[in-house]
Amino acid sequence: MISIQEQDFDPVAEYANLRASGAGTGAIVTFTGLVRDSGDMNGVTGLYLEHYPGMTEQVITDLISQASERWDVRKARVIHRVGRLQLQDQIVFVGVCSSHRADAFSACQYLMDALKTSAPFWKKEITENGEHWVEQKATDIARSQTWD
Amino acid sequence: MSDTITVRFFARFREELGTDQVTVPAQPGLTAGDILASLGERSGPWAQLRDNPAVMIAINQTMAKHSSPVHSGDEVAFFPPVTGG
Repeated sequence: MISIQEQDFDPVAEYANLRASGAGTGAIVTFTGLVRDSGDMNGVTGLYLEHYPGMTEQVITDLISQASERWDVRKARVIHRVGRLQLQDQIVFVGVCSSHRADAFSACQYLMDALKTSAPFWKKEITENGEHWVEQKATDIARSQTWD
Repeated sequence: MSDTITVRFFARFREELGTDQVTVPAQPGLTAGDILASLGERSGPWAQLRDNPAVMIAINQTMAKHSSPVHSGDEVAFFPPVTGG
């Protein structure tokens, strides 16, 4: 299930939902991303996140399908926030249920790495000295390509 | 089916071009790259679309290439490299 939303989310409630995925689930891996104080610039005070409604959901649906073909994915949950975010706010949640831990770790990391380079989201950093759009990182592209 | 193509812009492009959407006429054999080149001939901030290898292209909300054909009624989007997560 995929949610693109402005409001915050509750990782504890999300974990409980993942845990209810059935008796075959033997491992749950979750990732939560937060707004930190240094990105492209220092002194970051917040973020603005824009996305392409419709395409975003389609891309993430496809990524979950691809993950499910490669690994045992019994249930997957992706939440990504958009709009204005403050320091330490939660941005993104990815949770995966598998029979065994290796598949859950791999699928969760794959979803996160692939989301960063293929889902149509754009971050703008808000700093004490103004705002600027974040540049895509070569390290993120390289990390995503390790799954090819 | 309309005889036009909707072109959408996001993030930095949307801000710098001062619009999130334009409409262009459909033509036989038209590609996404043709639309990009045509818009890039406009003055000011539009020039950044010209010969810019960083421009990402989607057609009907699916990633596409410069050579991808575009038909009437399609929604084309041009945007900078994505930075979510």
